[in-house]
Amino acid sequence: MGGIAVPATDHELSFPKGRQMSVPKHRRVTTVALVAGIGLSLAACSTKDDATEPGGKVTITVDCQPVGAQAELLRDWNADVVAFQNANPNITIKSVSVGAQCNNPPDFTARLQGGTVTDIFYGYMTDRQQVIDSGQAMDITQYVTKDTVPTWDSIDAGAKAAFTDGGKVWGIPTKNYSMGLVYNKNLFAQAGLDAKNPPKTWAEVRTAAKKIAALGNGIAGYAEYSAGNTGGWHFTAELYAMGGQMVTPDGKKADFNNAMGRQVLQNLKDMRYGDNSMGAKQLLQWADLLTNAGAGKVGMFVGAPDTTTAIVTQFQGKYQDWAMAPMPGQDGTGKATLGGGEGYFFKKGLTADQVKAGLAWLAFEKLTPGKGQFDYVRAKPENQPVGLPQPQLFTVGSAAHKQDLELRKANANINVEDFAPFENNPVPIRFEPPNAQAIYAVLDAAMSAVLTDPTANIDQLLKTAEDKVNQVLTTNG
Amino acid sequence: MAILTTTAREAGPAVPGRPAGPRRYSVRRRRVGENLTGHAFLFGAVLCFAFFAWYPMIRGVIMSFQRTRRGETTWVGWDNYQRIVDDPAFATAWKNTLYFTVLALIIGYAVPFFVAVLLNEFRHAKGYLRVLVYLPVMLPPASALFLFKYYAYDPSDAGLFNAILKGLHLPTSQWMQSTTMTMPAMVLASTWMNMGGAVLIYLAALQNIPGDLYEAAELDGAGIWKRIRHVTIPQTRLILSLMAMLQIVATMQLFIEPLILANGAGAQDSALSVAYLIYQHGFFQNDLNGAAALGVIMLAVLGGFSAVYVRLFSK
Repeated sequence: MGGIAVPATDHELSFPKGRQMSVPKHRRVTTVALVAGIGLSLAACSTKDDATEPGGKVTITVDCQPVGAQAELLRDWNADVVAFQNANPNITIKSVSVGAQCNNPPDFTARLQGGTVTDIFYGYMTDRQQVIDSGQAMDITQYVTKDTVPTWDSIDAGAKAAFTDGGKVWGIPTKNYSMGLVYNKNLFAQAGLDAKNPPKTWAEVRTAAKKIAALGNGIAGYAEYSAGNTGGWHFTAELYAMGGQMVTPDGKKADFNNAMGRQVLQNLKDMRYGDNSMGAKQLLQWADLLTNAGAGKVGMFVGAPDTTTAIVTQFQGKYQDWAMAPMPGQDGTGKATLGGGEGYFFKKGLTADQVKAGLAWLAFEKLTPGKGQFDYVRAKPENQPVGLPQPQLFTVGSAAHKQDLELRKANANINVEDFAPFENNPVPIRFEPPNAQAIYAVLDAAMSAVLTDPTANIDQLLKTAEDKVNQVLTTNG
Repeated sequence: MAILTTTAREAGPAVPGRPAGPRRYSVRRRRVGENLTGHAFLFGAVLCFAFFAWYPMIRGVIMSFQRTRRGETTWVGWDNYQRIVDDPAFATAWKNTLYFTVLALIIGYAVPFFVAVLLNEFRHAKGYLRVLVYLPVMLPPASALFLFKYYAYDPSDAGLFNAILKGLHLPTSQWMQSTTMTMPAMVLASTWMNMGGAVLIYLAALQNIPGDLYEAAELDGAGIWKRIRHVTIPQTRLILSLMAMLQIVATMQLFIEPLILANGAGAQDSALSVAYLIYQHGFFQNDLNGAAALGVIMLAVLGGFSAVYVRLFSK
């Protein structure tokens, strides 16, 4: 439509003699072109690639291809696609990039609800309910076997359960994580702290944060989220560490308005206003905190091992600066920690061959020790960390786990000792509560209050949050 | 359909005893051709509106009465509305949005008008001043807001505004981290961003006021305030009332300011707006039906307000 130039006046038209159009005729041509243009545009919108090809060939689209800025990861992905297609000449993989984060929640929801997800699409463990509700995913139970995914029996039961609903398998886990205390060794050293003996309790975190903040130069001893639902997310992790739970086991009532919930908020308020060890800038969300961390302005924060990857690959940090300890608790190491992860779902309506092709790709790229995401030999010379304690996708003791562990140790390019306190002191993992995002949105208010208001009333904040969460649980079911 | 109807009417029944000659036929063909082009362009516009405005609105209304779970969509009557109204965030979001609208009306509406009056008075450098005032409009809103977020509203003493306040020996502010300053700070940023367009519209209106009205007022001894009150405002009444309505409708849809300046709902939900709550329900809470219900409520409120406003001020 945009390509049709309509002359301002009739006399501007100039045709070879004898072939001049009458005015109505040229207008008719314009009209026909206009309507045809609209029609063609609409037709183009509705065009869909046909996955079934002659000769039994199968084409599948897969998302979460690394973006251009992740040059090495992108090169590795593309090389894996070529290798996979060479090994499986009947399968064609069409890669789609959906951003560095792969699942920015608003974008993901828009793709899901708009029906524009790829055949095999990336999602978080916590997306399961949303994906099932959307009607966009298919039940792949009958296809997932040792034949299609050779390491299936070795995959961690908790990770598999996160993609299972009502006894049906809706997705394949490809990564898992749990949270701990991430800390900057350099700042520890500068503050006279022993980086090999990280804080185990919140009291110790507070002491360390005070010393680190005393370095000045805008450095926060401890940093915390409090916006964009990430505040509620970390409140949950820290409550689990106290031994608490967000909702009652039946999922019907809020269960954080108690001494443990109060302690979580009190610890933060004490550090923020008692010690002034958390910096002036609050209302932080994921990228804000990691930007500061990458700039060497954060001593400690709660996170998973892969946050160090993000700090290096997206926020210009260095691996050698970072180490990790288990989640701190009130009287010792945390009683539990928040876990999560990611995987791939299968779009509804795929043929059996497409599902099998998708499983074969995932088995190759994500679930085989020594290949794809576990190809440590390839990753070692690249700017990717090898030797991080997670993902730990395979059940401890399984053949796949042993193989992965050996390869990881043999090719480590980070100092594995820096993550040993975290790896050697595993804390029980709890997953997110039902209606997690709605609950997190409510708890953001409490988290932001204790970090921005020195007069914040913790009891009142928890009571208000409890009422709101109860309402969320009642109405959302 | 419309094309066929028009063609039939234009062709009309031939006058008995006067068969249509070649000239008459040619004129008719020409008219048909002209109308065909008009209808084709209209068809394109209608199609665009239908696909990108009316269909989503109708779909939104339908969705607000449905619930989708596990791929099954069922009719739930007013349940979504009930659920949304019962949501504790609902009242907070409306209160905040109305507060922003009122503040924006006081600051964001009045400031551009007085800047336009001031610019209208200048005899020199008019063009440069207009460019300066309009410049922020050319910045993408997200960029402008990030400038405010990282440079102006930095809560430490390094922030631009805090540095100025400190230089003047005045108390500094926590800006977006203060529940009381969140809204004024958002209005300030929003006014700075959007003022240029309004100033140009007011300037155009001001320049249409006949100069002899001011001369007459001056002869009657009117000072600048009296001239503004008795000449400028009455003469620009139509544009002022139109701009007021547009501003209220736009500010009620407050979204990008809280999203960027407050990272969402802000300190203790002090920046939570209705539009952001819709976004929360739709894209974070797996509740598109609830989001649709809230969207319909907002549509009804804004539609009702606009209807009343037009009725009151069109007389």
